[in-house]
Order: sequence, then structure tokens, then C-alpha cells
Amino acid sequence: MKKDSLIASPFMLWVLIFTIIPLGMVCWYAFTDASGAFTLANIETIGTYWVYLKDSLVMGAVATLLCLVLGYPVAYIMSRASWGAQQTMMMLLMLPQWMNFLLRTYSWMTILENNGLINTLLGKIGIGPFQMINTKGAIILGMVYNFLPYMILPIYSVMEKIHESLFEAARDLGANRYNTLLRVVMPLSLPGVITGITMVFVPSVSTFVISQMLGGGRNMLIGDVIERLFVGAAPNYNVGAALSLVLMVLILISMAIMKKFDDGEETGGLMM
Amino acid sequence: MSLIKNFSAASAALLGGCVLMSENIISLKNISVSFDGEVVLDKLNLDIKDGAFVTLLGPSGCGKTTTLRIIGGFQEPDSGDVFFGSERINDLPAHKRKLNTVFQRYALFPHLNVYENIAFGMRIQKKSESEIRAKVDEMLKLVSLEGFEKRRTSTLSGGQQQRVAIARALANDPRVLLLDEPLGALDLKLRQEMQVELKRIQSRLGITFVYVTHDQEEALSMSDTIVVMNHGVIQQIGSPIDIYNEPENGFVADFIGESNIVDGIMHADCDVEFCNTRFECVDTGFAKDEEVDVVIRPEDIVVVPKEESGLRGTVTSVTFKGVHYEMYVDVPGEEEEWIIQSTVAQEEGKEIGMTVDPENIHIMKKYTGDYASDIEFA
Ligand SMILES: Nc1ncnc2c1ncn2[C@@H]1O[C@H](COP(=O)(O)OP(=O)(O)O)[C@@H](O)[C@H]1O
Ligand SMILES: [Mg+2]
Repeated sequence: MKKDSLIASPFMLWVLIFTIIPLGMVCWYAFTDASGAFTLANIETIGTYWVYLKDSLVMGAVATLLCLVLGYPVAYIMSRASWGAQQTMMMLLMLPQWMNFLLRTYSWMTILENNGLINTLLGKIGIGPFQMINTKGAIILGMVYNFLPYMILPIYSVMEKIHESLFEAARDLGANRYNTLLRVVMPLSLPGVITGITMVFVPSVSTFVISQMLGGGRNMLIGDVIERLFVGAAPNYNVGAALSLVLMVLILISMAIMKKFDDGEETGGLMM
Repeated sequence: MSLIKNFSAASAALLGGCVLMSENIISLKNISVSFDGEVVLDKLNLDIKDGAFVTLLGPSGCGKTTTLRIIGGFQEPDSGDVFFGSERINDLPAHKRKLNTVFQRYALFPHLNVYENIAFGMRIQKKSESEIRAKVDEMLKLVSLEGFEKRRTSTLSGGQQQRVAIARALANDPRVLLLDEPLGALDLKLRQEMQVELKRIQSRLGITFVYVTHDQEEALSMSDTIVVMNHGVIQQIGSPIDIYNEPENGFVADFIGESNIVDGIMHADCDVEFCNTRFECVDTGFAKDEEVDVVIRPEDIVVVPKEESGLRGTVTSVTFKGVHYEMYVDVPGEEEEWIIQSTVAQEEGKEIGMTVDPENIHIMKKYTGDYASDIEFA
């Protein structure tokens, strides 16, 4: 027991410095006014910002869903490929990630602009131009593009551990590809899906860079609002902290729901 | 009780069918397989009778699993034909073949409980819930796992997981069950129990079992027919008694049980010389003075006073084995010591004579391989 706590102490220190103290400060700002007196007024301003919060949750959810739809087949194909092919695909997946996040998003601006790459090409064959930049679609595209690997990797790592013999057992018992996917691969990959959803949803909901670059300031997300409250022209740390806290609680709730879903699947056996 | 009746009725029906047909349910014709240029199965021909318990026996790496996978449809042969009854099934995918497999490592679905594992095949066939329930109950009784329906497979012991794997395969009413070293991971006592139980299940259901093992005792005690394989070639096919008593070559003799294998010369029909001694035997049809392998089982050697036999040696060690004594005898001019099993112990260091009845001297064509190194892999 003593030994355990000794080993754990550097971790506890880490948690204290990087989690407890910052969280304490956020709480402190959220529940005090400029003079330092206790108040709930900051939290109550959420009514004003509800639109942005709702937009963030909806767009984050759409981006997460798209990542799942796009990422799941990729993870599946990767996990069943030969070892060499798996390495290559992993490399291709990670390569863009080594480029700076801002740069990657900026390049989408030049692609989507009114006189950008796509509209220029479309103009050559006589269609367009289309308004693509500064739309919600562009923001969602940015989220999907940036966070897709965080969906693929956890699903892939779970799928890769599904032993080949389980595929053969399923086939032996009469399952074709579709049945094997439905009855073996999907249930066994669920923990990876849950992790993937969490890893995409959380940064999508709280992003502000993507919405600023691809949404042109016209489609503000809650992340943008919070950012402005901290570094904008008229900073208000108290309201900013309160909004951060609300966002965090909402994310925690959605994660808890996901977790329940996962656990439920694990113990429930009889499907009747 | 009624269940047992059901089973016997079912097996009687099946056995009746067998008697009527008594034909091959599976035939492999000229099957060859290579991996990375290495020949794993070489023009293999094998007929499996409907309702039989057939065991593929051979050292590790001899191609047993590959043979089973070809029957199951998990491995395509490079050449040759696979028949199910009279139908050629080379192009029939695994999930459409009327046979099921008990995999070496069970391969139970970890996300499903015992009930759902057994129900897996029936769910795919979209059977009704009541039908599934009845079948799962029947299967759980068959493998003595009543009450385990809701258990997660990860909470079961190796033996219990094995039973679930068997129940899951049998729940689909296969006509052939393929078993790949199903008892390999179990300890000796459990293995022996399961051997008896598998044999009981097979005779109750009356379906064909194709069983893979590298354990010769297991093969001898369970099978109707044993197929001895080595290096992707069938060495002998026969009943356990045939294989044991009339091994076709030195490899089979050595693999099937401890044997004394010595070089001999066949002077004429029923006249063989080994260890510089002439013996009468019962084998015929060899060329004059053909070099042969002579195989003698340890229990077939009779110890006599040294004056009474030309074959003599010195006892070097005596070990009590429960029922019999096992003795090693150094025979002058022989590379390896002879092994003798007898209920009477001899003194270590004593010089003894040995005789063998003519019918216990087995003469074989020279085997070109090296038995010892071939068998070591087992
Ligand atoms: N998928 C494969 N790729 C390459 N070599 C294989 C493959 N499967 C089996 N082998 C080789 O084929 C030989 C026979 O294997 P196997 O049929 O599994 O033997 P057994 O079951 O008798 O131990 C072995 O030398 C093994 O290494
Ligand atoms: Mg094998």
C-alpha cells in the first residue's frame, strides 16, 4: 500500500499541477464576479450563449458521425490487411498529421475559397462558383479532416486484436461476410468506436480555430465565444470560465452516456 | 431420460442411414498444397466413410491441420479435388459446407455468453427462438454444461470452453465434425475424460468425426480408422489394431509406439537375419537378400537364459512402469540399446538371451527418412 502510493506520487503531483489547480481556477472565476464575490450570474449568462452551444454540439455530432462512417471501413480494411500494408496505411494516415494543424486548415481555405481551387476547376467546365468557404459545411469538413485519424486509430487497434480464428469460426458456423461483420466484428470493435467517438467529439465541440478559418467568423462556435471572452477586446474571465465549465459538464455527460452504452453491451448477453 | 431416448433414436436413424449408404462422405483426390514453394501435402488421397471416427495422426508440421482446413474450406488446394459425398466442393465456400469445426484454440466469441455462442449458427439460419432454445438445451446436456447458459466464456475453464466449442459446432447438425487437436491444451486427466466423452458423443450422434492429433495413444483409443501422416504423405491407413500390429513401415512403427527397429536382411520368404542371428518370420514377397527394417515391439521380446538364443545382450537399466518393467539391453554390434517390456524384472548387468515369436517380427521396406528426427517434432 505504502509502496503503491510512493510510486503513484509523481502522477499525483502531475495531476495536481495540470488538472486540479487549473480546474480550481476555472471554478473560482466561474463562481465569482470582478470583485471576487460569490455569484451565479456567470453561469446564468449561458442563456445568452445557448445558440452557439447548440450549434457546437450539433456540428460536433455531425462531424463525429461522418468520421465514424468514413473511418470504420478504413479501420476494418487496415486491420485485415497484411502487416506490410498495415504499416503503409498507418504511415499515409499519420503523414498529414505531421504538418502543422493551422497550415493544414489554411490549405483548405485556399481550396474552398470563392476563387479557390475547386471553384476555378468547376469554372473551367462551366459550373459554379459555389459558396463553400464560410459555411457550416466547411467547418464540419475541417473537423472531419483534422480529427478523422482519432476515429480510425482506436477502432483499428481494437479490430486488429480480433483473432483470425474468430473470423473462421463465424464462417464455419455459416456466416457470410455481412453476418460476420454484423455479429462478430461490430460488437467486438465497440470499445474502439466509443473511444473514437470521444476522441473526435470532444475536440470538435470545443474547437475555435477551425470555425474561425473556415467559418469566416459568421458561424461562431462556443469555442470562439470562450476564446473571445479570454483574449478578445473586452475580456471577461468570469463568464469565459463559466462557459468552459458548462461545456465541460456537457461533454462529461455525453461521455458518461457513451460509457453506459459500452458497459451495457458487455454484460447483456441474451438477445431475445 | 427422454433425451437419451431421442439421441438413440436419432443415432439409430443415422446409423440405419449409414448401413444403407456406408459410403464415403468425404474424399480427397490427389490433393497437393505448397506454402512458399515448400510442399506441405503431396498428392494426398483419402476416403472417409460416413459415420466413422477417423484420426489424422502424425508429428507436428506434417500437414494435419492443412488437410482439415481443406476439408473445412479454409484452405484451397493447389491441385486436386475435394468431394462431399458425390459432390465436388472445391468451389463451395466454407460457410456453405455442411460440416463444422472445433478449432484448436476453441475460438469462442468473447462478446457472447455460452448460450449465444452455441446459438450463433442457428441465429444466422434465422431459426425461431423456441427452436434455438430447445437445441441449446439439448447441446448443453450433451456436453454436461447445464446451467452455464449465461456464463461469459472467459470465466470458463479450458475443459468447459472446449465443451462449449463442441456444442457450438454440433448445434448446426453437421454431417461431419472436424476437430483439430481439441484436447491439446488440457491436462492429462481432463484429456482422458474428454476422450471418453467425445467418443460417446460421436457414437450417440452417429456423425463422422475427423480428428487431428499428434498423440498416438489418443488416436489408438478413440479411432475407427487412423491415418498416419508424415511430411505431407500418408504413411498408412488402418484400424488402430492394424496400425499397431501391422505397421507398414518403420516410421509408423516407431511413431505408434516404442519399437526396436534394426537393420535386417531378408534371405528368403520367412527367413530374416538381424543382429547376426537368423530368425523365422511370417513375411513374404521380398527380394532375395533385400535389406529391410525389422520392427519388434518391446512387449513381444521374450527373455530366456542366454544359452537358449543367439540374440544376447546385457541389461543396462530397469525401470518399474506400474504394470510392467521397462528394461534397456545393450546388444553387441547395435548402435541403439534394445528396449524390453516384461512383468518379470531382470538384474542390471546380467547377460540375457532374447527370442521373438515369428508373428511378432515385422519386416518392412527400408524407410529412407530418419525416424528419430522426424518424430522429435511431435
Ligand atoms: N498459412 C501458412 N503459410 C505458410 N506455411 C504454412 C501455413 N500453414 C501451414 N504452413 C506450414 O505447413 C506445414 C504443415 O502445417 P500444418 O498443416 O499446420 O501441420 P500440423 O497440423 O500437422 O502440425 C508446416 O511446415 C507449416 O509451417
Ligand atoms: Mg496442427
